[in-house]
Order: sequence, then C-alpha cells, then structure tokens
Amino acid sequence: MTAASPPEVLRAPLVVEFPFTRSLGPVQSAFLTGLRERVVLGVKTADGKVMVPPVEYDPVTAEEIRELVEVGATGTVTTWAWNGSPRPGQPLGTPFAWVLVRLDGADTAILHALDAPGPEAVRTGMRVRIRWAGERTGAITDIACFEPHDAEATEQATPHDGQFADAVTGIVAAARLDYTYSPGRSQTAYINALADRRTVGERCPSCHKVYVPPRGACPTCGVATTDQVEVGPAGTVTTYCIVNIKAKNLDIEVPYVYAHIALDGADLALHGRIGGIPYDQVRMGLRVEPVWTEGGRHPDHYRPTGEPDADYDAYKELI
Amino acid sequence: MTGTGKEPVAVVGIGQTKHVAARHDVSIAGLVREAALRALADAELTWADIDAVVIGKAPDFFEGVMMPELYLADALGAVGKPMLRVHTAGSVGGSTALVASNLVAARVHRTVLTLAFEKQSESNAMWGLSLPVPFQQPLLAGAGGFFAPHVRAYMRRTGAPDTVGSLVAYKDRRNALKNPYAHLHEHDITLEKVQASPMLWDPIRYSETCPSSDGACAMILTDRAGAARSPRPPAWVHGGAMRSEPTLFAGKDFVSPQAGKDCAADVYRQAGITDPRREIDAVEMYVPFSWYEPMWLENLGFAAEGEGWKLTEAGVTELDGDLPVNPSGGVLSTNPIGASGMIRFAEAALQVRGLAGEHQVPDARRAMGHAYGGGAQFFAMWLVGTEPPAS
Amino acid sequence: MPTTSRYARDVAVVAFAQSDHRRRSDELSEVEMVMPVLHQVLDQTGLKAGEIGFTCSGSSDYLAGRAFSFTMTLDGVGAWPPISESHVEMDGAWALYEAWVKIQTGEADTALVYSYGKSSPGSVRDVLTRQLDPYYLAPLWPDSVALAALQAQALIDAGETDEAALAAIAARSRTAAEANPHAQLRGGAVEQGDYQVRPLRTGDCPPIGDGVAAVVLAAGDTARRLCARPAWITGIDHRIEAHGLGLRDLTDSPSTRIAAEHAGVFDAPVDTAELHAPFSSQEVVLRKALRLDGDDVAVNPSGGALAANPVMAAGLIRIGEAAARIHRGESDRAVAHATSGPCLQQNLVAVLEGEPA
Repeated sequence: MTAASPPEVLRAPLVVEFPFTRSLGPVQSAFLTGLRERVVLGVKTADGKVMVPPVEYDPVTAEEIRELVEVGATGTVTTWAWNGSPRPGQPLGTPFAWVLVRLDGADTAILHALDAPGPEAVRTGMRVRIRWAGERTGAITDIACFEPHDAEATEQATPHDGQFADAVTGIVAAARLDYTYSPGRSQTAYINALADRRTVGERCPSCHKVYVPPRGACPTCGVATTDQVEVGPAGTVTTYCIVNIKAKNLDIEVPYVYAHIALDGADLALHGRIGGIPYDQVRMGLRVEPVWTEGGRHPDHYRPTGEPDADYDAYKELI
Repeated sequence: MTGTGKEPVAVVGIGQTKHVAARHDVSIAGLVREAALRALADAELTWADIDAVVIGKAPDFFEGVMMPELYLADALGAVGKPMLRVHTAGSVGGSTALVASNLVAARVHRTVLTLAFEKQSESNAMWGLSLPVPFQQPLLAGAGGFFAPHVRAYMRRTGAPDTVGSLVAYKDRRNALKNPYAHLHEHDITLEKVQASPMLWDPIRYSETCPSSDGACAMILTDRAGAARSPRPPAWVHGGAMRSEPTLFAGKDFVSPQAGKDCAADVYRQAGITDPRREIDAVEMYVPFSWYEPMWLENLGFAAEGEGWKLTEAGVTELDGDLPVNPSGGVLSTNPIGASGMIRFAEAALQVRGLAGEHQVPDARRAMGHAYGGGAQFFAMWLVGTEPPAS
Repeated sequence: MPTTSRYARDVAVVAFAQSDHRRRSDELSEVEMVMPVLHQVLDQTGLKAGEIGFTCSGSSDYLAGRAFSFTMTLDGVGAWPPISESHVEMDGAWALYEAWVKIQTGEADTALVYSYGKSSPGSVRDVLTRQLDPYYLAPLWPDSVALAALQAQALIDAGETDEAALAAIAARSRTAAEANPHAQLRGGAVEQGDYQVRPLRTGDCPPIGDGVAAVVLAAGDTARRLCARPAWITGIDHRIEAHGLGLRDLTDSPSTRIAAEHAGVFDAPVDTAELHAPFSSQEVVLRKALRLDGDDVAVNPSGGALAANPVMAAGLIRIGEAAARIHRGESDRAVAHATSGPCLQQNLVAVLEGEPA
C-alpha cells in the first residue's frame, strides 16, 4: 500500500537553553571588572591605536596586546539604527537606538543601546555618555545603555594597570532560543500510528528494506521510502548494555537493560529498555514485546514473550 | 597549469594546549591561540607566513557560539585571509587537517594553519549531544550507552574475553604519563584499579571511558619549499582520506563499519602500504571507549577479523610492542571532542618527526592518524612518514 | 577553454538545482526537503550518487536547533557504498570551495555540493545573534537586521546611498524575481513597508524562509561531457575581516575586494553579477568593492537574496544562478558572491565563464 493523503502536520516547541559558563582571560577580565567599577578600559595596539572594547589580539597584526588604558565614559555616535520594536534580551524594553560609540580617548567604537525619545533625537556625531546599571556584576550589561550628553570631548586615554580587587574571571551567559519542531511527513505517519499502539515503518522501493522508525529516505539508496509496513509487535534483542549509572532527567531505577531490538519485519533495530526480567538474565536473542503505559507516546519498555530465544544467525545482521 | 600531480604536503609545526577539565584562565580565543602559537613556534614561522586558516570543532552548541570562527578570525591571524570551518562530527579534527592538506596539495596555498578545539567547560557535552527532540524517544542510557551494545556485539562475534578492555585503558593511561599535554595523569594507575572501577554501562567500566576536556591542537602544513626551510624534521603526508556512510541503515555493521575499511584502504593505496601491520610503526586511533582499540585494529586491517583483541592481549599495542597504539595516551586520556581527531593526526606526525619526547616510538618512520565520528559513520585518516612521498 | 587558467585543473559548474523557497516547510523534514533537489541536480548530469567523486555540504546546527543535524540529511544522498564526503558549518558556497579544492588535487573529477537551511523553526534574527562575540556582543542580542541597519546608516551618512536608492534596489530585485519560479518574494509591487530597524524597511530585508540548493562540479573533459556549456570557475577566493563592527569601515568590504582580485574579477569585464546581499544596503557595499558601477552588468537577475534567502544556501544559490545563466547562454562571464557573518564579515567571490559559442 502507499501513503494516504498527508496527515495534519505535527508541531511541538523545542527550547534550546543553557547557562554557558565563560572564562574571560586577562584582557576581557580587566574590561568587565572595570565596568563593574564604572571604569572603561581599552587596549593599545603596537601602533598606538586604542581599542574599546579591548580586544585580546590585534586584528591587523594578530599580536597579543595587553597594554591597558582608561578612556572616558562619554563618547560620540559613529552610526545608529532606530529599533522601534525591542526583542527579548536586548538592553532596553522600550524603543531605542542601536549605536556604535567611539568613547573619548578611543579609536574604535563599541556597540550598545542608546536611550533616546525617538529617532529624530538621534544623529551620527551626537554626544552620549554611559548610563550605568544599578546592579553591576562584571558584564557588558553593566552598561545599561548610553544616553544623550551635551559636552565636548576632553578625556584622553590614560594608562591603567587593569588591577581591581576581586576581579571577575568568568561570566554566565544564559541563552535561550525557542524553536517549533516539526518532524516531517515520514515521521509524522510513524508517530500517528504509535498513538494506536502500532509500529509502522516504511519500505524502500529500491532495496525493499523496512525502516523503523522511518526517516523519509532510504539512507543507502537515497530515495523516499513510501510504502508503509506495520512491524512487530514482538522482536528480538540483538545486543544490549546494562546501565548502572543514573542518567540526568531519567527516572529509571538502575541497573536496567538498554537494548537494540529488531522488531519482526523490520530490517534494523530500534532502541528500548527491557523489563519484566532480572537485568542479569537478559541475553542477545531474547524475544520481547512492547509494554505500553497510559499516555506514553512510545512503549514504556519491552518484556519477554516467553518464546524460545532467536538463533544468532537469524539476527546478527540486524544489530 | 602550475604543476603536475599533487604537491607533497609536510607538517612543519605542531602545537597543543595542556588539556584539562576546565581552562578557567583563558577565553575561547585564548585557548585556540595557545595551540596556534606553539605550532608557529615549532615551525619558526610568524602569522604573516600563514596563507589560510582551516578550523574545525564539534557542534556549536558545546560552547554556545554559532560559527565561532567568525569571532575567532582576529585571534587566529585570519583577517584578510581565507578561513574555512569544517564540521564532520567526532571525525572533525581529522577532516579539518585533510581539508588544510588539500589546500597545499592542490597548490592553492603554500602554508596553512589548521586548528581544532573544544572548550567543553563552557557547557556540558551531554546537554549538547542530547538536546531533546520532540516526539522522539530519548536516548535512555547516557553517553556510554550508545557504544556499549556495540562492544557487546564485538565480544559476541569474536569471543574476546572480557578482560581486554581494561588492558587498553591501563596501557593508554600509562602512556599518558609520558605525555605532558595529556589530560589524565593517573600516577597511581594499576591494572587492578582499572578492573575494579565501576561498571557504568556493562560491558564498559568507568576507567575505560574518555574524559571531558578543554583543549586545542594546531598544525602548520606546507609545501616542498616550506619543508625545505623547516628548522625541524617535517612529517610528510603519504595518504589521506575521508569516508562516510549513513548514520543508521539496514545491514550497517557498527562493529566494523565499511566506511572505516574503505577509508583505510584508500590511505594505504595512496601510501603504497600493502601490509599495514608490518609497514606502519605507530598508530594514533580514536578510541573513546577502550574496546574500540581491538575493534579498530580489525577495521583498519592490522588484524584479521576476530583477531584484534589478541594483539591487545599479547601486548603488541603497548608502547614497546611492535605496533604501538596511542603512545600519546589517546582519547581515553584526553578528549576535547572537536580537537581529538586532530590530536591523533598531530601525534602521528610527532612520531615520524621524532619529536614525541618520552612517548616516542623508536625509529618510527610511518605512522597513522585516525578519527571517526557520528554513529561510527564518518572516518578521516592520514598516514605520515619521515621521507617525502615517492610520487 | 576558459580565458584564464591559474589552477592545475579546469573545473566547471555543470548542473544547478534549487527548491522553491518558502516561508515554512513544516510538512517536510530536512532530508525530505533536500532529497528531491539532489535528484534533480544529478538527473541534469545523468550521474548517479555512486559515480560522484566527492560530496560536500553546508548547513548549521544552530539554525536547526539540533546538534549534528547534517548527519540525518546525509540519508538523502544514498551514501552506500561509503562515499568520500565532508561538511562545512558554513554557507554552501564554502562547501563548493572545499569540493573545488578536492578536484584540484586530482583526487576527484566530479563533486556534488549541497546546502540547506530551514529558518522557519526558529527566529532567525535571534538565532544569528549567537554568531557574535560571546563576551561583548551576544549578551546584548543585537539581531541581524539591527546590525545591517547600523551599516545602512553609515552608508547614508557617507553619502553613498539614501532610502530612495535602497528602495529602488529592493524593487529591482523583486521585479527581476518575477522570472524566477523558485523565488519566495517576487513582483515590483512588493511594498517597502515600515521600518524594521531604521533606516531599513521591510522591503530592504530578505524574506525569511526555507530552501535547498545543489550543484555538480566536474573537471575538464568530464565537464564537457556532462554539460553543453559548462560554467568554468576561472577564479575563486574567499577572505574574512575582523569580527568587531567597531573595528571595521562598514561602508566598505575589503575582504570582497581582495577575494575579487585573487579570483581575477577585474581581469576582464563581467556581464552578470549574482551578489549575496541579504539587505539592500549591502548591495551598495558590494557594488563598490566589485566595481560594478555601470548599467552594463545584470546585477542579481535572479532577484538575489532579497527574493529568497534560505540561510546557509543563499550563497551557493548565487554561484548556481550565475552558472545557470552561462549554461543557458545568457552570460559569458559572471561574478558570483557569497557572504557570512555580521555585516559582510566574510566573503567569497567566484568568476564563472562560458566558452564562446
């Protein structure tokens, strides 16, 4: 049989989120610690240019640069862009201008936000100053944003040893991205069949192998698998391991057996947990069947069927 | 036409960081710089001598930086130069070196810096590797659970005694004591301790698994003219190849994947090797779990099928054996994931350059570097020698 | 024969295929989206996957939201028996570069190059912030439109363009796309709309969407056998700039210029330019760097990235579109360009030539 008319597209949220722990190295450590202390540091290149924010390596010569200087908290906008709809994570929640600002005493510009009443109040060349965050931890967000500031540039870069008490050596950079995952035609059909506690694979029209779960393509022939084939429910343990270490986020008592199971009619094994038998009695060739629990999308585990073990030659190609 | 045939490629500079669990003292750029500077110093070259940079690492999620080479361009002296970023899963360190080598072989560039890294302490590798995919059954077993069933299949197929895995771990951890850059330096290691370590994913014990490391590895590759100026002996590339097969497929042999066999065969053909066991003096192979040593010995043609474990058991792969495997201590002792493949390639080169220090294999003239990744589907290998290639 | 041959081997683009680029493709997994395009490009040459000497792809885990996403897409290739294959975490234009190098070594005579991107699952403006310096920039979440707007304002301040000129670029691109059945946004009636991030309006920004591209490369006589009029790559080069926007002159693209010089763009006139300028303002920068100042060059006759911008594939599509014009006899010498990173940080330039009829 061939695939019926396409079922409704499955979708689910996929959140990718982690608090990354970043070590800084000496230059970035000095800069971010300085921000905590309301001091802005730059770094001087061999030809005397002052880079703010300070880079660790000269972008022209690639040489390590470590000569720190202090620059002003006031500066000049070198370009800007009005952001009428701030996005999550951005420095201000109300409309603001993105700006590149050359701080007084610096030769390069720093990117940040400018709090201004509207785009008509912003222009290239305008004078601005740092608005410090009330609570500062040693991070680029210790600069809350820039704000307009009418005063001539006076400050020059002055040498700084970069030393502060209790220097910040690392930051925690939390990052969350939200995706909407959709598994595609082939897996959607498989997932929908699971709801009826049926395991439906797909056969390659070229090599005739049955793929479970189907992935849309026969990976050896590079063609779509279209013919749906119900497999199982019983199958054979082709190989396994005994898990003695509790994995994070898995509420399964150890030890337990994690096995490759070739369902009857499938041409490769899928993975599952073996239950209903002491862990140390599981063996290659054991015949098993799925055990479903209420509300579970996948079988909770597989248990012995009581049939005689399969012969090694019968499954050794399916491991 | 600027020449006929491939330009011979030489490794004239090698650098790596001291691999550790967490490098809290440097940024990501600082980490990669350290390896790059050591490679430049080894070659006695400067940034200006580098024509192009080829960088590799494993998934971007490990550090939470998308395409980090963009941010690293300045630190790697790449501004104004070509920069390529390779990602072929666990084999990436090897693939990256081969892409760099091809740039020289094709006479597109004369001197190339290639580098691979991972700063695993920025996140958690298991998080990066097991991002939950909706609707899919989660992996129920942690990192080793993916590999352990294949190890059991190997044992069933070959009848290998269950003691072999511990022998590999004991050897590699002792070799690591002779390598100042290795992550794990277990000075009080004994075979009994390995054998007594907890069985995590039976048949894999704790001591038979790789650590999680911060580290980087860099190499300078150059042409004949560059090699002639090299202050130290170069390693010459005699053969290099990549092979891929699908992640999972009906009939896939996880114990001895066809892509690994084909890749090795291609490298041997290029290098004129007909009897790898006799003609190759040292092997740096990607062994993330100890049992992969006997498995790869067979896959790479160093032993007949079913016989790999016998070489390990007989001590053939020891540092003083006649086919030393992982004299550096291997992935079992050092594992900055994206860099692990390049470390294998670099360590092979160090052997034939005679610069491997305490873990030098005496008179190593031909050495092999091996990397693999994905679901044992991506393979990258090279063979390096003390003499320039014949053709 | 190509007019110049600075390399060991003559290599040509002999086939190009792409998907219809769409805002969403939820009903298809990545491999289901990629596979038909692979079949199309191979069908053009009559080659089977197993006859290809080298395969190389480009894609991004961050775009997909999953580590190792490319490993599953390999299923669409049919990598059995095992193939010689590699992957770059870059736009497919750089995958093409790696494949071109492989052919130059003599280890392969043909190569299959593909790349793909699904921007629809995530918010691509936010995803691309993760490309930025993780210490000073990424924590501020400056999105790709904001960064391009800073560049656009710098161009306006320098007197190099204005909003009307940017609107004209957008309109010209979408009008050209009327002839491109794969384009996502087409027709001169596409509105400029409101400011997204001022000075860039909706019309100055690329559509967000999903898509795939694939190319077959071949060397010498093989190319001639597979294609009536191969698009010879007579030059190809790529360069990167400093990462920090504050370190760069945003009105210029020195990396594009250096790459163009190395690729031989300026050795002879070109009649076609396919530029990977996702924002209208970036076309201004690229025209300057590539010296495309007259009206005698067809710039983005496909509609360019303003008509379809599947991230990770849009650069390869530029090379494919330029080559396809040569295949059709509509161009004799074309320049193709691809970019990566914020505000044109990294650029690739290729010169493609057809033999005189």
